[in-house]
Amino acid sequence: MNLSNMFGPFIAFARRFPLATNIIRRLLLSVVLLWAVTVMIFIGVEALPGDFATTYLGQAATPEAVANIRSDLGLDQPLLTRYGDWLANAVTGDFGNSWASGKSVSDQIEKRLGNSLFLALFAALIAVPLSVSLGVIAVRYRNRVPDKVINILSLAAVSLPEFFVGYLLIMLFVVTFPTAMFPSTVYDDMDFLSRLEAIALPVTTLVLVVLAHMMRMTRAAIIQVMSSAYMETAELKGLDGLRMIIKHAAPNALAPIINVVALNLAYLIVGVVVVEVVFVYPGMGQYMVDAVTVRDLPVVQACGLIFAAIYISLNMIADILAILANPRLRHPR
Amino acid sequence: MPDLLEVKNLKIEATSYPPGEAPQRITIVENIDFTLQKGRVLGLIGESGAGKSTIGLAALAYGRGGVEITGGEVSLNGKDLLAMDRKQIRAVRGDRVCYVSQSAAASFNPAHRLGAQVIEATLLHKLMSKAEAEARATHLFDILGLPDPQNFGKRYPHQVSGGQLQRAMTAMALCSDPDLIVFDEPTTALDVTTQIDVLAAIKHAIEETDTAALYITHDLAVVAQISDDIMVLRDGGMVEYGTAAKIIENPSEVYTRELVNVRSIKHAEATEQSRKYFEMTGIHAAYIGGQKVLKDVSLHVPKGQTLAIVGESGSGKSTLARVATGLLPPLEGEVRIDGEALPKQLKQRSREQLRRMQLIYQMADTAMNPRQTVGQIIGRPVAFYEGLRGKERDRRVEELLESIEMGDGYMDRYPAELSGGQKQRVAIARALAAKPEIIICDEPTSALDPLVADGILHLLLNLQKKRQLSYIFITHDIAIVRAIADSVAVMYQGELVRFGPKSEVLAPPFDDYTDLLLKSVPEMRLGWLEEVLLTRKLESAGN
Amino acid sequence: MRLKEIPVSVWIGVTGIAIVVICALFAPWIAPYGETEVVGDVWGPASAEFLFGLDNLGRDILSRLIFGARTTIFVALSATLLSFSLGIVMSFIAATNRGWIDLGLSRINDLMMSIPSLIFALVVLATLPQNLPTLILVMAVLDSTRVFRLGRAVALDVAVMDFVEAARLRGEGTIWIIFKEILPNTLSPLLAEFGLRFAFAILFLSTLSFLGLGIQPPSADWGGMVKDNKDGIIFGISAALVPGAAIAVLTICVNMVVDWLLRRTSSLKGGRGDA
Repeated sequence: MNLSNMFGPFIAFARRFPLATNIIRRLLLSVVLLWAVTVMIFIGVEALPGDFATTYLGQAATPEAVANIRSDLGLDQPLLTRYGDWLANAVTGDFGNSWASGKSVSDQIEKRLGNSLFLALFAALIAVPLSVSLGVIAVRYRNRVPDKVINILSLAAVSLPEFFVGYLLIMLFVVTFPTAMFPSTVYDDMDFLSRLEAIALPVTTLVLVVLAHMMRMTRAAIIQVMSSAYMETAELKGLDGLRMIIKHAAPNALAPIINVVALNLAYLIVGVVVVEVVFVYPGMGQYMVDAVTVRDLPVVQACGLIFAAIYISLNMIADILAILANPRLRHPR
Repeated sequence: MPDLLEVKNLKIEATSYPPGEAPQRITIVENIDFTLQKGRVLGLIGESGAGKSTIGLAALAYGRGGVEITGGEVSLNGKDLLAMDRKQIRAVRGDRVCYVSQSAAASFNPAHRLGAQVIEATLLHKLMSKAEAEARATHLFDILGLPDPQNFGKRYPHQVSGGQLQRAMTAMALCSDPDLIVFDEPTTALDVTTQIDVLAAIKHAIEETDTAALYITHDLAVVAQISDDIMVLRDGGMVEYGTAAKIIENPSEVYTRELVNVRSIKHAEATEQSRKYFEMTGIHAAYIGGQKVLKDVSLHVPKGQTLAIVGESGSGKSTLARVATGLLPPLEGEVRIDGEALPKQLKQRSREQLRRMQLIYQMADTAMNPRQTVGQIIGRPVAFYEGLRGKERDRRVEELLESIEMGDGYMDRYPAELSGGQKQRVAIARALAAKPEIIICDEPTSALDPLVADGILHLLLNLQKKRQLSYIFITHDIAIVRAIADSVAVMYQGELVRFGPKSEVLAPPFDDYTDLLLKSVPEMRLGWLEEVLLTRKLESAGN
Repeated sequence: MRLKEIPVSVWIGVTGIAIVVICALFAPWIAPYGETEVVGDVWGPASAEFLFGLDNLGRDILSRLIFGARTTIFVALSATLLSFSLGIVMSFIAATNRGWIDLGLSRINDLMMSIPSLIFALVVLATLPQNLPTLILVMAVLDSTRVFRLGRAVALDVAVMDFVEAARLRGEGTIWIIFKEILPNTLSPLLAEFGLRFAFAILFLSTLSFLGLGIQPPSADWGGMVKDNKDGIIFGISAALVPGAAIAVLTICVNMVVDWLLRRTSSLKGGRGDA
């Protein structure tokens, strides 16, 4: 009884403003999730077997040398102290210095994050409208030739590794019909058009990789909505196909499609890592992979955290949009 | 006067795709002829699979889920709908012919306001200006008895109750002032006390607007209240077609007579009811984090007798079954069999305690593992409680199959290969296999067609006599209560409002709720609805 | 189930998988040359002698492809089997016990899924020693999160069915309920999921190897072969494309079988959508 009195005001608020309550809850969840990820990436990873100093020194790993390196890097401090310092700095955007090069991690990330986002953004701009329209076409011609062709091609496309698609494109557009640029290097003072030219192939690769997934899921989401009873009601009112889709299917298909898009933008993040390596593009993915091969933990942790943060934010935005699209929450009883 | 709707020699087919074989054409409906005049109501009645909904939708030239109208004529105002192109058909739908479905909750688009959906077809076909259409919608909300008709249309579907949605859907169909409305089981999903209001509202609105209607239902008592003519259908064909009076009072076909006489089981009430064999005392219960769903419920049933628990959805009657079986431990109160108190938690009950009480579910479909054969389903309790194996076990299963009037040819069948009635019989056999003393029946017949349901009730009564079983029979159907109960408990919002021998509970003086419940159950005679409405009017005038 | 019900695409898929498995099992007898044997010039062209040409060190690509099938299949299959057992056991424990166990396991799972698998793998592989068991373990643990999510959903779907409740009311133990009541009804979607996870494992392993973090040279594996030969692409040498194509073909074959399994599952449920 006491408990319900204590939570009384909150429950009353939640009943009156379900929309706000749900959004606030979702935001809080993301913050908690992000914090948990920092714990996992820092404490979890450092608790794993394997030691940078020993690996770094290799044959020359005398106990004294190892101890020296460990104290140089601050590894002799207790784990929790180091986590606290790291988190406090990370919040201000400072990820410390690379073990391998000694340079500031944040400086590098600043340059490369922009490049990666540029690549992903253009891929998304092409892939999202294209795959949603293909999904709609597949539904429109459901179980007929266009649907079947799209289905077979997309099944093949989801099976191709990103790097294979990338090299295939290079073989085709750089070697056989030299029309595109390779490697896709970009500089600070490059103008916008040459930048676009440089990223043409990597963007195409990313689009091809994401397209099939996104299209298949869009198709499924629309079919789900189209088979609802209210679509039959609309048809029995005498509405034509287009009106049915725009007025009755679209508002309800929006939330699931937003979800599909967000989920696949997350695929893009992973795709970026591989595609950057294939096209020697100076982005976050390449930076991270290089750091992993030399076991440069500060860089790996910083990159991992940023990738995770982007992924979590995307999912959060998708969920919030879906909450906003839900009439039950927008118009409470 | 020319016929508004004329259906001639209608044939409807579907294509089925049995795995591994060539696609097959199946005839769903054949040889259907009828006519309908302005302002009249034709009731289409039949059990599931009779093709009644399919015929109703044919009046809109619509086939649901791959169903195709392949022959005959459906003429509206002298024009054959089946000869029209898509555009012409669209012009008729929502304009001259409208449709009211069984599930209004699913048939309204959750993303739009009710008012906009109600007037959508009217505006689409340019029948009225927006202001006129809105005024008409408000008028219709008023006729249909919806609260606050001025503002009702501003609400979203999820903001109103099921009964209100069903009426709103009727308003939606009436809005364009159509010549014909097809009502497809519009009250089936509703509680009885809600059903009567919706039924009255529909009848009133039809009379007021002078529209014609096809009224589809499986419940002859309902259709008798609202139709001028009735057509009885079975397996896609016509059985009997005539005026409502003729069909109800003087049916000529055997099948129709069976339908009219359904639930005519007579069961003499036991005289000695004081000995408490199964007993629940002072039960309070709530779901985790939820409100109380049972408040101080006490009841009992003697050996070899039936206690019917009757109530509407949300009354707590199914929760009572969960408490009795231990699935939901009560907050307070006790459950006893033959004087022995049972532990509250399922996990604390002994195998012997579990054996004594068995449960039969509403949906036999989900109550049996689809990957087990009938023999395995019935055999498991035999093996589990008695430890019988191999031949001995099989012999017991055969006996049990016999006791539910099914041969041992069913041993190796899977549930998917059985009819609805057979599945429920197997579920009964599974309960019997434990040699129980008390069986809790949770609406075991409400998902079945009336004649099949009757068969199950007969079986249960026979088994009771032979094996001295006690039943707790949970139902929302007063007719079943009358047919089988010795004692009756009436539940309303988690409380027991009435409990005692059937003859006392179902006789005046009544409390308000029991009175309402009893008066809401449609009776199989003409003019019943008018009588009830009249007494209601008199009562409210008297107050 | 009759054989003629199975569509052609599934037969193609099964045949493709069978060929790769045979290559993997009998590699030393099938391969014309040794796994690490240098038999000619760097990036020697395709000929009757060397069907797909030679690689960046002058080794026969066909032979390495056949030996690579061995590593690729072995690692991908072990990772899938492990991830599957882990995911299913955990998810069924969560679904049948509910309460705190379910809540805890589900939250941990959500947390692990809040980081994309590849990123997670990169972070973890940056500290762990580079060897085969570690690789398989990392792949399995990361992938088990998806199995857990599906397994829990499927098991919950079945666990709320009345026949499971009936078994509980009868007094059956958890083991019986899981193995006799729930598992037989979840086999079809789980089998499809197994195929899906296997296809994903092949791609994931290839990607890690391509990035230089998977299987270490000199043993052949398809992703690693792409990495070894990628510098040749720009000179028009297709040595990197051959193993890439092999990965693609194998994954397509697996997906064709999976696609059919998924369709069968949805038709079993009697759902209206075939999505």
